[in-house]
Amino acid sequence: MLSYILRRIVATLPVMAIVALFVFSLLYIAPGDPAVVIAGDQASPEDVERIRQSLGLDRPFLVQFGGWVWRILHGDLGTSIFTNLPVSAMIGQRLGPTLSLMIVTLLLTIVVAVPLGVVAAWKAGSLIDRVIMGFAVFGFSLPVFVVGYMLAYVFALELEWLPVQGYTPLSSGFWPWLENLILPAIALGCVYIALVARITRAAMLEVLQQDYIRTAKAKGLGQGGILFIHALKNAAVPIVTVIGIGIALLIGGAVVTESVFAIPGLGRLTIDAILRRDYPVIQGIVLLFSFVYVLVNLMIDVVYTLVDPRIRY
Amino acid sequence: MSEDLLRIDDLHVAFSTRRGMVEAVRGVTLTVKAGEMLGLVGESGSGKSVTGFATTRLLDAAGRVTGGKILFRGQDVTKLRGDDLRQLQGAAMSMIFQNPRAALNPIRAIGLQIADAILTHKRISKEAARAEALDLLRAVQIRDPEARMNAYPHELSGGMCQRVMIAIAISCNPALLIADEPTTGLDVTTQKVVMDLLADIAAARGMATILITHDLGLAARYCRRIAVMERGRIVEEASPGILFGAPQHAYTRRLVAASPTATSRIQDLVTEEERERYATVVSKPRQEPAHGTPPLLEVRKLAKRFDQGPAAVADFSMTIAGGESVGLVGESGSGKSTTSRMICRLIDPSEGDIVFDGQSIGHVAARDFHRSPLRKDIQMVFQDPNESLNPRFTAFDCIAHPLMRLDGMRSGEGLRKRVEECAERVGLPLDLLPRFPHQLSGGQKARVGIARAIASRPRLLVLDEPTAALDVSVQAVVLQLLDRLRRENDIALLFVSHDLNVVRMLCDRTIVLRNGGIVEQGESRALFDNPKTDYTRKLVEAIPHIETGPTLAAAL
Repeated sequence: MLSYILRRIVATLPVMAIVALFVFSLLYIAPGDPAVVIAGDQASPEDVERIRQSLGLDRPFLVQFGGWVWRILHGDLGTSIFTNLPVSAMIGQRLGPTLSLMIVTLLLTIVVAVPLGVVAAWKAGSLIDRVIMGFAVFGFSLPVFVVGYMLAYVFALELEWLPVQGYTPLSSGFWPWLENLILPAIALGCVYIALVARITRAAMLEVLQQDYIRTAKAKGLGQGGILFIHALKNAAVPIVTVIGIGIALLIGGAVVTESVFAIPGLGRLTIDAILRRDYPVIQGIVLLFSFVYVLVNLMIDVVYTLVDPRIRY
Repeated sequence: MSEDLLRIDDLHVAFSTRRGMVEAVRGVTLTVKAGEMLGLVGESGSGKSVTGFATTRLLDAAGRVTGGKILFRGQDVTKLRGDDLRQLQGAAMSMIFQNPRAALNPIRAIGLQIADAILTHKRISKEAARAEALDLLRAVQIRDPEARMNAYPHELSGGMCQRVMIAIAISCNPALLIADEPTTGLDVTTQKVVMDLLADIAAARGMATILITHDLGLAARYCRRIAVMERGRIVEEASPGILFGAPQHAYTRRLVAASPTATSRIQDLVTEEERERYATVVSKPRQEPAHGTPPLLEVRKLAKRFDQGPAAVADFSMTIAGGESVGLVGESGSGKSTTSRMICRLIDPSEGDIVFDGQSIGHVAARDFHRSPLRKDIQMVFQDPNESLNPRFTAFDCIAHPLMRLDGMRSGEGLRKRVEECAERVGLPLDLLPRFPHQLSGGQKARVGIARAIASRPRLLVLDEPTAALDVSVQAVVLQLLDRLRRENDIALLFVSHDLNVVRMLCDRTIVLRNGGIVEQGESRALFDNPKTDYTRKLVEAIPHIETGPTLAAAL
């Protein structure tokens, strides 16, 4: 098992290398001379030249790339052009809110979507199934910011049950932390819940037709035992896959959600960095997200082997 | 009446389909006494399995009992609900299924699966349930039961899986066990072991059994009383001796006449569609090949090794002359399919050579063989016509494809003529050509599969269990068809099968394989009548036979 995980980690190295190369090339793919961009509108040609030299932009591409990778491996993501703060410190400050939002959304999704999908499959064709699948279509179609503003209006402004916006760190207490995350998590989770519920239903329908489900019924097992012990675990591989893919969705959605609910997370940082063309920050964030995504995929592969003994490692 | 354990009274079951309600069972009446083993036989679609599922209340959502009663110990099963139903299922009445590996949960250890059944019906601790599960594994004679408790279904053979299923079914000492095609798909020796075990357990525990099967021989061997079903009705019910010696109903007579026996020949099988064409061909004398003609196929010291472990096939040599038919028999795992795939050039041999018509083809890589001009000379008919035809291809496309690939034909009048000619040769009505596989019957699909194989006018056909998935009457038609094609076109046949009755009829010579090596070979009839090795004798003795008297021939 351990050697399997190690082999998987080694297998992700080329992926990370390609991602790094792509992220680094961003600066060159983007229109305009980076030195001019950084220097701003008022700068003289001498200023631009000075910046170019101080950042090493005049050296060959591969030398720059090598130096960049070397620094990253030592934990140095560079310095923000705009704030002059280390990028790693800026990301570190914003990591907490985004991570909190993603984890709460993920848990909410699994707790809501999987049972919904199971019930829909069990009662396939019935009214309950249609209501759940109707909700799923609805969840797919509504943009995050629409759901976000609607939720904020109803539950925060009108009913005053929850705060309108903002973020409280976990260190200030569990409830204040959670209270601020409930509405953003619902808004962000809508699409995700719809997706996971649909996949769960489809995977369960497939499994419920298998012979071993008939065997379970023949044994006299109750409905719950059949659905959750025998069927759900067999349907787990596609469900786990889509939950993993969904994390990429969450990353994109978090950017919008954080803007709507004024959460000082990585999403906000990303938008600010893009607007200011703060390349080192953009590079740092994209690299981090890619790394998280590769890590999630690794976790999915490990979960597969736990769920299904037929998958050999 | 009171001694009847189960009494089914005028049972009707209907399924709702896209084309409305379809009645699968129409008025079945039968009784089972405590401790009795009743055979329920019939071909696919006869409603025998549906009757079983209705009795155990396992009909799928589309199926409904629309009339009649199923009285189990005087209680109407069709009206049970909730807890009453669950006390019945798996406890008083249980069921085992066809394809045991699919019937077991693939990701749950078998010990747990047995314990599940026990814990559902008994209030005992998990440890006690585990101990009982272990005892059950011993009862079904699984070797090394302690270690097997933690095994998963994919780690066990088909026969072992069916024993586990039996262990689950008997875990709560049911009064009635319904076995739905319990040994279909298992090879003959495993079939005998599993059926003997089932019969012993039923006798020891006083458990009544309904054996649902399409195999008349199997029912005759194990049941005192057999009911024959056709199109949702029971047409005849009698003891095996009477049923097969002097069948009363026309359907039973047809079924018995289509079943191969220890002595039957292909021309004895009675089929409706193929018989006349076959009779005219078989009556013509065959031209014996001139003496000294080199064999069409010569295989020398063939071997196949997969990654690790012992060789799957070792030191295999054989020859086939043009127009000759050779049978390759053995239990599953004996290497017969591997051998046939190497000869077909679908997989590469590790050692040895294959010479076809004087040319060595063993060294052409399997993935390049489709470019060889000999590809069209060696064709294959696959096991299951349902699985081996592309569901999105019409019958016409299936037959036309090899012509376009191998004969370089373009679509147009010429292609249409050739396809129609192939269909004509295999007796496939031309108006079926535009249909998709799901619109064809099992026999029609088998004909499409054979037409596809003979389209490029091959000289060697390799057939991998071509009749294993077919009903006996369809099997009889296919056998006559294959033998007719062989005689008409001088096609050599390499016939891979575990059904020795079929091999004996169709093949001039037979090769018996075991663990990848040849155990015995020779002229088919002599080999089966006087097996020289214990292994062959065991195979031959395991075949269930039905005995048909002379009265039958007279009746037809």
